Amino acid sequence: MQCEDVLERLSAFVDDELDPLGSREIQEHLDRCPTCAEALGGMRGLGERLRAEAPYYPAPDSLRARVSQAAWREASRGRGADRRRSVATWGWLGAAATVVVVLGGAWLFTSHHGVDGFASMEGEVVSSHVRSLMASHLMDVASTDQHTVKPWFNGKLDFSPPVTDLAASGYPLIGGRLDYLRGRAVAALVYQRRKHFINVFTWPDEGAADSETPPRTHQGYHVVHETHGGMAYWIVSDLNPEELSAFARMLVTGK
Amino acid sequence: MTHEREPEADGPRRYLSPRELDRFNECVLPYLDAAHNLARYLLRDAQDAEDAVQDAFLRAIRHFHGFRGADGRAWLLSIVRNTCFTRLSGRPPSGQNVEFDEEIHTVEERSPGPDVDLERRAAAESVREGLDRLAVEFREVLVLRELEGLSYKEIAQVSGVPIGTVMSRLARGRKQLLLALAPGGPKENG
Repeated sequence: MQCEDVLERLSAFVDDELDPLGSREIQEHLDRCPTCAEALGGMRGLGERLRAEAPYYPAPDSLRARVSQAAWREASRGRGADRRRSVATWGWLGAAATVVVVLGGAWLFTSHHGVDGFASMEGEVVSSHVRSLMASHLMDVASTDQHTVKPWFNGKLDFSPPVTDLAASGYPLIGGRLDYLRGRAVAALVYQRRKHFINVFTWPDEGAADSETPPRTHQGYHVVHETHGGMAYWIVSDLNPEELSAFARMLVTGK
Repeated sequence: MTHEREPEADGPRRYLSPRELDRFNECVLPYLDAAHNLARYLLRDAQDAEDAVQDAFLRAIRHFHGFRGADGRAWLLSIVRNTCFTRLSGRPPSGQNVEFDEEIHTVEERSPGPDVDLERRAAAESVREGLDRLAVEFREVLVLRELEGLSYKEIAQVSGVPIGTVMSRLARGRKQLLLALAPGGPKENG
């Protein structure tokens, strides 16, 4: 085999995209041709360099929000439900990043019992989060006053969700709503951080030990799960993970 | 490769069922970053890339019911890729010749923090510039291969060309890029 032929196929050889016979031919040639072997090194080096050094451009949050919103809109139109009443009001939410903290109802959560349960719950709260933004249904009660939001849940849930005012720390409460996770009514509280919104869902998880998971990413949103004082908290957002963690801490400990 | 079942944006459309929305969120949405990265490299402009990705997603959403496969990534990327090439063809000719694109992309303003690793930044800059100067067909296959790790078959699917073409574009693209990044500096190449 001539060097010329080898060099031509070196690129595919590096990618392991030659058939076994072709690959062996190249290998045999490389074993005894230092020039081609050097070229091989160069080609491998190029790949390494690209992977290590070429900039990667992830989608900006604003684009992510617009795209999710578009998908959700298509789906809700299909259901024929006219939810447009508040589109004008909440349309701008699509461009904003959001943090959702979910306070769930009596749903039995398996976080302490298995990774699968955890992952699927993570998917659910993210979906719920995205829906809340995209379906123009972020809040049933819009208020920055915890003494308005907390009583609003009376009679709607079989527990009273803790509602903490974190405005002083830069995370003002802006409202709350009922939500549903796995068919159960849950409470969702909405907070805001700069342009980012936070939806908080929580529910009683009696007997569970206090625990905290580091932020995880699901479909571009960050999810923090906390158990504290017999309550489970799910916090979802595209706010950066550091601030989200800090928020979660303050939320559950009240400081 | 006939997976390209995405018709015109104003072609037949159907709203997503809740199940389809879930499936869309599961199979397609996760590749938003890949979509954006590809568009950014193909179009070499941040705003254009965002617009193209948004357009592409709208088309993907509206024609998602035509998506049968399991590989949402290749399906999405092919829509993104076609959207980008349509945009490029509408642009004034700017040296999209197959050999070597001499148009040097304007280096973006970036405020270097005090602690940045300047050497690393410079290396990244030269790699990006080398890629940006390649003809778009070569840039495309290199990004799909090296940054997304797609197989030749998948790249062929995305680009709508035979596998042999993928192979030769990669070989030529790499050869040009190696020359461009050689210590001697990026210079003409035949």
